[in-house]
Amino acid sequence: MSAPILEARGLKAYYGAVPALHGVDFTVEEGGVTALLGANGAGKTTVLRAISAMIRREGELEFRGAPLTARTTEDVARLGVAHVPDGRGTFTDLTVEENLRLGAYTRKDRANVKTDFERMYAYFPRLGERRRQQAGTLSGGEQQMLAIARALLLRPSLLLLDEPSFGLAPLIVAEIFRILKEINRADRVSLLLVEQNASLALDLADRAYLIETGVVVVGGLADAIRKDDSVRRAYLGY
Amino acid sequence: MVEFLHQLASGLALGGIYAIMALALVMIYQATQLVNFAQGEMAMFSTYFAWYLIDSGEPYWFAFVATALASFAGGLAIERVVVRPFARAPILASVIVFIGLSFIFNSLAGWLYGYSIQSFDSPFPSKPLLGNVYMSAHESGAILVTFVVLALVYGFFRFTPLGLALRAAAQNPVSSRLVGIRVGWMLAIGWGLAAAIGAVAGMMAAPIVYLDPNMMGGILLYAFAGAVLGGIDNPWGAVVGGFVVGVMENIVGAYVVGAEVKLSVALVVIVGVLVIKPSGLFGRPIVARV
Repeated sequence: MSAPILEARGLKAYYGAVPALHGVDFTVEEGGVTALLGANGAGKTTVLRAISAMIRREGELEFRGAPLTARTTEDVARLGVAHVPDGRGTFTDLTVEENLRLGAYTRKDRANVKTDFERMYAYFPRLGERRRQQAGTLSGGEQQMLAIARALLLRPSLLLLDEPSFGLAPLIVAEIFRILKEINRADRVSLLLVEQNASLALDLADRAYLIETGVVVVGGLADAIRKDDSVRRAYLGY
Repeated sequence: MVEFLHQLASGLALGGIYAIMALALVMIYQATQLVNFAQGEMAMFSTYFAWYLIDSGEPYWFAFVATALASFAGGLAIERVVVRPFARAPILASVIVFIGLSFIFNSLAGWLYGYSIQSFDSPFPSKPLLGNVYMSAHESGAILVTFVVLALVYGFFRFTPLGLALRAAAQNPVSSRLVGIRVGWMLAIGWGLAAAIGAVAGMMAAPIVYLDPNMMGGILLYAFAGAVLGGIDNPWGAVVGGFVVGVMENIVGAYVVGAEVKLSVALVVIVGVLVIKPSGLFGRPIVARV
């Protein structure tokens, strides 16, 4: 096993004074894919928000061995952790291209940014066709692609994805997951994936954790989780 | 007819000044949903700084640029030191801070430079420019400066990465942080830019209204009327509104109500717009769940 890129031990998080995570442990391997599974309101999104310092958090959270808990949201992004947020976080009044330029805002390597733009338009040809269009006018699937492309333009080493399949047609979901797989295999971007669609997530993931009301109830290798009876009955439906 | 064209022309010159003040108001409004009531006094204070430099023998355009830069730094510092601590406070707390700031600058200017009215020279020649007989040289010059400022502001926001980041931070702070934009600094830079733009408005207004600590009171009111008319969430709407209010003020002041009560035109515009079309001519209606 390679070294973890992200490791959480006893991670707690709060919305105001209300605790939402009660000490969560999980690992994302370098170059790996970790899936967080669970029902609505279990705390999956909260885990991603805690990593990105969007809410108050406590406990141990290490990115490549260095603690993240004292960092601000901007600093976490600048360290190379990109976040595709719940609701996609589109800059609706800006054009598609401006949204993407914002993704690369912190980068200084201009020449590479240019080739990365071309790569994103190759991954998502629809975005290329609509580059001058106001982003708020895109369809849900296109906005999801935009959010992923924007996050990838940061050239992250770790990509946090909050329900990339949410509200999308099956064909588009399949397309997005095909691209995520390619990004992971070809570019060695590690993924931390929050999904309600457990079978989809487990196909991509090498590790998985099942979260219920702010605690991890089962966790480990994705293969083992897939065979776990309680997970299968509750989340895979067979 | 000639008289009317004169009124129209000087209305445009004043309107340009209102337009850039309105732009300064809108810049801060877009980022914070607050109207900076101290914008006028900040501009007045900047104008005194320019006057001081010119009085000490500096060339006009050096003083102009130095004042704009110093105002940028001043606006930035005000946001960091005075406005920032109230970011999470109720709106009224911020309003009180702005009113307090306006009193502070007003008194500071009086204390440092005196309350007597000073003349402030125009950088433009006393003969009309380009044979334009309907405008004084200062009026044509002020309009020119207005358009240069508008072009610079447009170019900055449209074509530079920092301008894009400023727009992003105002629009969606959460997503902006996630791509690594330091949103707090963007607000401070917005304040700096607004202060610099306001300083230009002050320096263009001073040769017309003369320099004294209360010089910007009326101008801020007209600028606010312009911003409300054009739509306070739309910078270009606010600019158009500023020009319209300037022309309207002059025409109505000359032919309808007389110069003594023309300031009330601004109030009529504000109340009228808020009653008939609260989002302004070019603004977007905002629906809020309360």
